[in-house]
Amino acid sequence: MRRLIIPLVLCLWASLSQATPDAALVRQLAAEDSSDKVAAIRQLAQAADPDAARILKAMADDSLYLAGDKAVILEGDTAFDAASGAPIATPANPEAVTVNNRIRGELANALAALSLFDADRAVRLASAQKLQNNVGADMAPLLARALEKEADADIKALLVLAHAQASLGSADPAVRLAAVNALAETSSPTVKSMLQPLTDKTAESDEKVRFAAVAAIKAIDGRLALAENLGRVFSGLSLGSILLLAALGLAITYGVMGVINMAHGELLMVGAYSAYGMQSLFRAYLPDYVDWYLPAAIPVAFFTAALVGVVMERTVIRWLYGRTLETLLATWGLSLVLIQGARVLFGAQNVEVANPGWMSGGIELLPNLMLPWNRIIIVGFALFVLLLVWVLMNKTRLGMFVRAVTQNRAMAGCVGVPTARIDTMAFALGAGIAGLGGVALSQISNVGPDMGQGYIVDSFMVVVVGGVGQLAGAVWAALGLGIFSKLLEGWAGAVIAKITILVCIIIFIQKRPQGIFALKGRFVE
Amino acid sequence: MRKPLTLRVLSALDSKSWLALGIFLALALILVPVLNLAVPEDSAFHMSAYAITLIGKIMCYALVAVAMDLIWGYGGILSLGHGLFFALGGYAFGMYLMRQAGSDAGALPAFMIFLDWKALPWFWLGSDSFVWVILLVVVVPALVAFVFGYFAFRSRIKGVYFSIITQALTYAAMLLFFRNETGFGGNNGFTDFRLVLEHSITSPQTRLVLFGLTAIMLAATLVFSRWLVTSKFGRVLTAIRDSESRMMFIGYNPLWYKLFIWVVSAVLCGIAGALYVPQVGIINPSEMSPANSIEIAIWVAVGGRATLIGPVIGAFVVNLAKSWFTVSFPEYWLFFLGLLFIVVTLMLPQGLVGLWKKLMLKKGAAA
Repeated sequence: MRRLIIPLVLCLWASLSQATPDAALVRQLAAEDSSDKVAAIRQLAQAADPDAARILKAMADDSLYLAGDKAVILEGDTAFDAASGAPIATPANPEAVTVNNRIRGELANALAALSLFDADRAVRLASAQKLQNNVGADMAPLLARALEKEADADIKALLVLAHAQASLGSADPAVRLAAVNALAETSSPTVKSMLQPLTDKTAESDEKVRFAAVAAIKAIDGRLALAENLGRVFSGLSLGSILLLAALGLAITYGVMGVINMAHGELLMVGAYSAYGMQSLFRAYLPDYVDWYLPAAIPVAFFTAALVGVVMERTVIRWLYGRTLETLLATWGLSLVLIQGARVLFGAQNVEVANPGWMSGGIELLPNLMLPWNRIIIVGFALFVLLLVWVLMNKTRLGMFVRAVTQNRAMAGCVGVPTARIDTMAFALGAGIAGLGGVALSQISNVGPDMGQGYIVDSFMVVVVGGVGQLAGAVWAALGLGIFSKLLEGWAGAVIAKITILVCIIIFIQKRPQGIFALKGRFVE
Repeated sequence: MRKPLTLRVLSALDSKSWLALGIFLALALILVPVLNLAVPEDSAFHMSAYAITLIGKIMCYALVAVAMDLIWGYGGILSLGHGLFFALGGYAFGMYLMRQAGSDAGALPAFMIFLDWKALPWFWLGSDSFVWVILLVVVVPALVAFVFGYFAFRSRIKGVYFSIITQALTYAAMLLFFRNETGFGGNNGFTDFRLVLEHSITSPQTRLVLFGLTAIMLAATLVFSRWLVTSKFGRVLTAIRDSESRMMFIGYNPLWYKLFIWVVSAVLCGIAGALYVPQVGIINPSEMSPANSIEIAIWVAVGGRATLIGPVIGAFVVNLAKSWFTVSFPEYWLFFLGLLFIVVTLMLPQGLVGLWKKLMLKKGAAA
């Protein structure tokens, strides 16, 4: 059957395109009344031949004139008969055909419809995209024809939509019903607003169509909400990954030494500025490989932050053992110095860290749900760092020592663990991981001197909820907090979300002061 | 037999301290007004309005520092959220000033008119009454502190846990107050005050009265705190600070001791906030920023914890240094403050008062 139809349509098409447009119809384009003009434009568009396209294009370009009783096209000094396209003598007093906004919109649609038959795929795609809004009922047959002829799947999908939209205005309830059902498969807000009038009794007389429209709107709403929530979960996942990178380091240092490093957020900042520094170096010396500054920044950020951490531990924190509250204040002082240092070195303004080319774009999961590559890569990166830390903590001698000191410092010292050196190593490791977190953060948020300030509370919450010295706890807590806060944010706004989470955590601590995963064993205080 | 309360309060301070307090009050209530009003402006002894406002402001800070010392120095609980209670008191009194500044009685404050609000939100009802607002200044911080403290102390949250959670609390409150629709003036907070109790807020007399009130309040707080920490309550509190589990075994319930001192501290902060707002002329959510609250801790640490005069000295030293630095070398202020945090915790665990005592001791030993 199909085999038969296509040649048939092609034949019909060929015969249509050879006929020149009716001169009377062309004359009507220059009519006084706008409605007459519109009717003529629509009829011409139906013809779908090169002549029609030529005439409409001339009209859109304001070069269609009325001379006597004939529509003519003036191009510079030469004149053509509009209907036949034959050159004629320049008429005496050509009168310009007025094209108002309504006509202009109509012309744009008609021209888009005509270019649906262009041989070039890109042109057809562009015009199909243009026809997604304000398609009149008269376009339906034309779109049906284009649909039949179209082979490309992308364009076809767009055309189905456009055709359904055009058929919504059809006089036949069955056609309208089919159109509504076709539109129910889509998930765009514009289609939704298009279907809205059909639910109204005064606008739509047929009950079946009304019901179908209501159902279609519901289906579209459902899909929109689904995509939105999936998007939120995903952005929560990426927020959770950042939190995880920030909290892993904090969990290690808090577990080993029992001190909260208030300058931990500033170590994120150090990592982010390392990424900025590498980007500047690559731009200056290796402009051809500038896209690869990011992998190079990872070790640099790790070691820079670790170095800052070691200096902090050696000069300040180790002198304050056993005085946790004072450590809090002293590390806060360190954070102020680091922030002001960054201001002096790099300026108070945010610096620009660009995503490398291979990180831009994303995966389109649903029509209105885009997962950006930079966030996907960050989630993957966090998992990678997590794996490394797990291996380090569970499979190496250093990790064993760190765990031993976390569980019982005095006993670890008794059996020969060099606790002071382990402290420094653990602090360096925690700081280095924060530096890695800073590199990740530089890809999705602003890089500035006080970027780290907001993260200390959040990452401490992760440590509190997850339980001290627990990798698994930190992972669940970070992802849970990230996703929960993003979902709440979409629901109730950022401020309410923040407060709710705080209240939830206070309640949570009432129930489980040791976090989700408590270390088993006996503890003093 | 117990002595009557007045006698016990009197005996809380030794005669030297009473003398010092008397001199301080005489300076604030007699000398400062004379220097400001009676001495001609071109004289070297004239005290400018700027100086009075600055010292008045620092006295409010000193009040906050004493409140912080009660909870941190004597209770061993480091709060990083005291800015919240300060701001709550400030906002309550600020609203009264906003209502006074309105064109006629009962009018909405200007920011609500901009937002096209028709009526006051319920929590601001009655804020045109001075007495009610004074009540709010005391009750609201007390209530917030009680509810938060009850849950926190009940589950024995302490140490850094408690500190970070108080910081999160003040941060969350700051975000809430930043919003326009919550009824706290958003970003700008409360400002453009004109009258207080029908008197112009900018007149020298009003300024001096506020200054005197702050000085009296500070002196009264010092006496009260001294009495509190030398009473039986204060001694139990200090014991809880030093060994909570031991006190529990003896049979004390630390919850109520901690909760009481926590609420007292919050109320003192609220009063300080209420005195601060009319003198400085503005209150906005940035008072609740975590950085401000941590700064309070450094005033106490610089002066010396668990001494009552220490926080006052610390508040004056740090804030005078801040006024000088932010004018002369604005870019070095944060370096200085940061280093102050580090140096004081590393080298001066007892603060300036501890240093002074050590020097005196050495001198005594040498003599």
